[in-house]
Amino acid sequence: MKKPFFVAAPILLALAGSPAIANDLPEFTLVVKNHVYQPSELKVPAGTKFKIIVRNEDATPEEFESTDFNREKIVLPNSSITVYVGPLRAGNYGFFGDFHQATAKGRLIVE
Amino acid sequence: MLGVALLVFREVMEAALIVSIVCAATRGVTRRGWFVTAGIGLGIAGALLVAMGASLIARLASGSGQEIFNACVLLSAVVMIGWHVVWMSKHGRELAQHMGAVGSAVRTGASSLTLLLAVVAIAVLREGSEIVLFLYGMAIGGIGAVGLAGGIALGVGSGALLGFALYFGLLRIPMKHFFTVTNGMLVLLASGLASTAARFLVQGDLLPSWGAQLWDTSWLLSNGSLAGQTLGILIGYDASPAGIQLVFYATTLLLLIVGMQRLGRTSPSPSARTRSLPTDPASESLR
Repeated sequence: MKKPFFVAAPILLALAGSPAIANDLPEFTLVVKNHVYQPSELKVPAGTKFKIIVRNEDATPEEFESTDFNREKIVLPNSSITVYVGPLRAGNYGFFGDFHQATAKGRLIVE
Repeated sequence: MLGVALLVFREVMEAALIVSIVCAATRGVTRRGWFVTAGIGLGIAGALLVAMGASLIARLASGSGQEIFNACVLLSAVVMIGWHVVWMSKHGRELAQHMGAVGSAVRTGASSLTLLLAVVAIAVLREGSEIVLFLYGMAIGGIGAVGLAGGIALGVGSGALLGFALYFGLLRIPMKHFFTVTNGMLVLLASGLASTAARFLVQGDLLPSWGAQLWDTSWLLSNGSLAGQTLGILIGYDASPAGIQLVFYATTLLLLIVGMQRLGRTSPSPSARTRSLPTDPASESLR
C-alpha cells in the first residue's frame, strides 16, 4: 500500500516549492512583562503580511495566541519568538496569553 | 484553581476527543484497551520530554522549530490515520470473507492498532506538552499545591468526561453503520489535522498562505468558543482559514476517500467475487 507516500508526496512538494520570503516584512514587537502585553494595542497595516515578535520578560512560559487571526506559539521565559501574520482585512483582532488569560490580553488594530 | 482547570480542560478535551474516536474505531479488537492505555502513557512521557526540550525545539530552523515540529507531528498522525482507514476498507472485506478465522482477525487487527496507538500518543503529547509548560509556569508563579492539584484534577476529569460522552454516544450507533461512521470521523479528523499542520507552516513562513483569510465565520462560530474548538478537532472547523489550509484539507479528504473506495472495491480472491459482499464487512469481522 502506497498510501503514506501519496499523502506525503504533495505535502513535501509544496514544502520544497515554497519560497520563504521573510525579508523586508514590517515588524512589530510585543513585550510580555508581569503577564501583561506591552503595548496592548498594536496598529498594523491592512492587506500586508507582517511579522510579530513577542518577547517574554517573565520567568514563566507564555503562549502567544489568537483565535481571531489563528496563531499560537509558545514563548519561553526570557526569549522571543516570531510569528508571521496576514495579510489581514481591516478590523480588530484580539490576542491573548494562553497561560495567563486573565491579564495577558491585547488586540491588533488593522487599518 | 479555576484558571488552571479551564486551561487543562481545553487541552485535555482536544486529546480526549481524538482518543474516543480511536477507541470507537477499534471497537471489538482484542487488546485494544491495552493499546490505548499504552498510547496515553507514551503520550504523557513524550509530553514531558517535549516540554523539557522546548528551548531546543524553539531554537531549531532559525526560530521556526515549533512550527516544523507541530506540523511534522500532525502530518504523521494524518498518515497513520489514513493508513488505518484505507487498511480497514481493504481488510474489512477480506476478514468478512473468512469469518471464523479469529486468529487472523486478531493479528491483522493489531497491526493497524499499533498505528492508532501512535495517534493516541501524538494527541496526548501535543496537548500534554502545553499543559506541562503551563503548569510549570503556574508552579513558579507560586500557586499553592491545592490549587494546582485541584485544577489538574478538575480539568483532566471534565475533559475526560467529555471524551467518554462522545465514546458512549458513538456506541449507540447501530452496528450496521458503526464503522462507516467511525471511519468517516477518522477521515474528517485527519483532514482537520492536515489543515492545522498547514496553518503552522504558514505561521512559520514555510508555506505561502494562498489567501490569509478566505472567509470569516467567526460571527457565527468563533475558533475560541467551546463549540468552535470541538468542531475544530472533529471536522477541522476553522472560522477564517487560509487558502493553503483548504488545499491540505481537501487533498487529505480526497486521497482517503479515493483510497478507501479503490482498495475497498478490489476483491482479494476470485471466489470472493461470486459471493455477495456484506454491506458493512467491518462490523461483521470485528465482534
